[in-house]
Amino acid sequence: MSAPKRGPRPGFVLDVDRSTPPTLMWHGEGFRLERMPVGTRVIYAPEPIDPIEDPRAAIRDALANPVGDSQPLQSLLFSGMKLTIAFDDISLPLPPMERPDIRQMIIEEVLDVAATVGVDDVELIAALALHRRMTEDELRHAVGDRVYDAFAPTGKLYNHDAEDPDGMVFLGETKHGEQVQFSKRAAESDLLVYVNINLVAMNGGWKSTATGLAGYSGIRHHHNVETLRASKSIMDKDRSKFHDINWRMGKVIREAGVKIFQIESTINNDAFPSAMNFLQKREWEWTARDRASFIAVSKTLDRLPARTKRGIFHATKAPHKMTSVQAGEVEAVHELTIAQVHKQQLVHVEGQTDILTMGLPYIGPYNVNSIMNPVLVMCLGLGYFFNLYRKKPLVREGGVLIMSHPTPWEFHPVHHPSYIDFFEQVLSETTDPIEMEKRFEKSFAEDEWYRHLYRTSYAYHGVHPFYMWYWGSHALQHLGKVIIVGGDPRSVKRLGFTPASTMRDALEMASDVVGSNPTITHIHNPPIFMCEVD
Amino acid sequence: MASDKPTRSPLEGLSERLRERVGHPLFGTDIESSLQALLRRGPLNAGEIGSAAKRRLLPQAFRGFPFTQPTWPSGVSRELERSTLGTNFETEWSRDPWAAAVRAGIVETIVRPGVTAIARPTIKGLDRLDGVVGPVIFAGNHHSHLDSFLMLTAIPMVFRRKAVIVAGADYWFDKRWKSVLSALCLGAIPIERKRVSRDSSDLAIKVLRDGHNLIIFPEGGRSNDGWAGEFKPGAAFLSTRTGVPIVPVHLFGTDVVLPKGTNIPKRGHTTVTFGLPIVPSEGEDPRKMSVRVETAIAQLADEHRSDWWTAKRNAAKGETPSLQGPQTTGWRKAWTKTAERPLASSTNAEPSKRSWP
Repeated sequence: MSAPKRGPRPGFVLDVDRSTPPTLMWHGEGFRLERMPVGTRVIYAPEPIDPIEDPRAAIRDALANPVGDSQPLQSLLFSGMKLTIAFDDISLPLPPMERPDIRQMIIEEVLDVAATVGVDDVELIAALALHRRMTEDELRHAVGDRVYDAFAPTGKLYNHDAEDPDGMVFLGETKHGEQVQFSKRAAESDLLVYVNINLVAMNGGWKSTATGLAGYSGIRHHHNVETLRASKSIMDKDRSKFHDINWRMGKVIREAGVKIFQIESTINNDAFPSAMNFLQKREWEWTARDRASFIAVSKTLDRLPARTKRGIFHATKAPHKMTSVQAGEVEAVHELTIAQVHKQQLVHVEGQTDILTMGLPYIGPYNVNSIMNPVLVMCLGLGYFFNLYRKKPLVREGGVLIMSHPTPWEFHPVHHPSYIDFFEQVLSETTDPIEMEKRFEKSFAEDEWYRHLYRTSYAYHGVHPFYMWYWGSHALQHLGKVIIVGGDPRSVKRLGFTPASTMRDALEMASDVVGSNPTITHIHNPPIFMCEVD
Repeated sequence: MASDKPTRSPLEGLSERLRERVGHPLFGTDIESSLQALLRRGPLNAGEIGSAAKRRLLPQAFRGFPFTQPTWPSGVSRELERSTLGTNFETEWSRDPWAAAVRAGIVETIVRPGVTAIARPTIKGLDRLDGVVGPVIFAGNHHSHLDSFLMLTAIPMVFRRKAVIVAGADYWFDKRWKSVLSALCLGAIPIERKRVSRDSSDLAIKVLRDGHNLIIFPEGGRSNDGWAGEFKPGAAFLSTRTGVPIVPVHLFGTDVVLPKGTNIPKRGHTTVTFGLPIVPSEGEDPRKMSVRVETAIAQLADEHRSDWWTAKRNAAKGETPSLQGPQTTGWRKAWTKTAERPLASSTNAEPSKRSWP
């Protein structure tokens, strides 16, 4: 008789004491083991919840039994119709998942139904908004070879182009005067099927279509400093102005007659392959194998050049598994999705802290197969990890954020050309998001060279680095000081932050702001989790 | 006349001498002062020597976590991992055809010749098993670890091929290597001896229903004094639940060849006597059936002690000697037991007749 399987444990808040082993922290393409001061709280992610045993059967079931005011997919399809399938781009999930990608499974099931009904006019769009275009390999990974080979050669599978004057339409304005810009093909289709993977609570819902298939004219209404500072946080839809605007835009899209069948899926936080199991475990539970893996991996990485390390990490695929799939009307679907995300990621934490520490990994949404440049370091720490909260930020107002990352002065020239100029020209003048929004945003957003690179190369849109900075604007306003441990001092200073060589130094520096006896909390992230702070 | 020359320590200059002769980097430090310090503080225990050696040999970077086991935060309660040993040890693999073939090879080439050489068994009553078709439960009295091996080699081949020994989880399955060997070589399954365990009984029932024959010792452990212990109704419970008959088996002499408390056997004679199968009646109480089994084994013991006819008459009169021995305690009970075997250490001689008590 085999031992019964232990269920996944929820998140855990550890109070560090003298017998606590050193805490593992991400440090870009490497790790640090830090002995945190006694009394520090360390928050660990919930363990991966059990996945759906037969995801394809679950997808078929979701298509046949939609939620909200929606008919089954088969009833919405008819011969001679115009069908568009849009799907999330390379920024989801993180790290990219092992094949088969959930998008592939869902799209194949949708196409099976469409083929049965006799739908001929089908186009597939990577809904990337102002992100970089996906390469053939990346598209193949996302939708699978079968779908790619059937649609890409005839130009029916392509990347969304927000700067194509003939490919975008205005659907109207919200009651607050926000323009709704949308993909023309999607708007003119008899049915738009949106295929999503929800990694964090920010994703999904009307954001998928209202942002993913929009252009600068529409996106600027919610990707701005005022909106993002008023979103507390962007991971909590009910307290996020960012989501309010997207939902208002969704209403305009619906009233314009765009019929949407939304398919959302959630994944567990099984984010790293078994060779790096130690990343998902609490240090005191590391087995001899985990310790050997850690030593082997970290010592090897220490001796490799940055380029090779990046290659290794970005080639690593996550064994994420689907935990739910729901289809139908956008808002009804999203409610179920958010409940599933919370089930996997939510950790209850009592009270705020004076100092929040975090280790930043090698990957964020905007540097998949790319370089995490200093602007993206800021965005990942202050824009994403800081915002992974409900109710109250984990760190108190005026508190200190300490991040660990090498923060190299390094940019991917193909993916991030506008970031280079943003770093050199804008950040050298100001780190104030309001000032840069007023003085510089428009020129970058409408720059013809950046526009050309976005449309024809694999570059992020010219305005994208501004959005990354705005993403962290709530944190910038909230925090008293930001310190980066182990970062390139030149880059760190350019970002307006304080460099520190060691965690001990950083804590010493932080005491200038929060006093000599501060409370410290460390988030052991990723695997990703979200704190509900009472 | 006392010398005014200062006394020179034997350790003085040792560092230099070692460095010159060996040239090893370990001797680059002042070993002499270290040794003198050690001598001053008195003898070291093994742990201290180990730690000192580690400090000396391992660079700072290789000390502590993750090179050593992590310490456990005192604020975190330890979750007890469910052991995979004892009754949780998975034995299903040992009943696969490949394992059965390996076991047959081991039993026939190692166990059987070994038992024959050491215990020299006389097997009686096999004719009572003519026509019996498995699965059956072989239930015997229990004096020695040898009993399992003896019973396994004594039962007819037709039953032995699919024989499974019910073994105490706390002894036979307490270590991984022992568990694997028990399961592979004896086809043993673990059973909880000290309390009623649903898992244990479910496993035994499943094994019976899969067509295997069980070898079980209803006393649940070896006796201390050579007399039988109390018979527990476990075997009878399995029989009444599955309808499988119980074959009573009397084992004699194993407590001398390999008594409890010893690990090295000494050669001797043993006897294995099989009785007629006992079939459970409809709705029979396991405790009543257990008494029937115990009585049957007692009659076989009586038959071994006297002869078949005498045992038969004793049984008819209700005078079959109890397996538990006389209702006395202490040395008198042990003394009575010696009447059944020679007083010499060897069991080669015939048992002497005694009239006392």
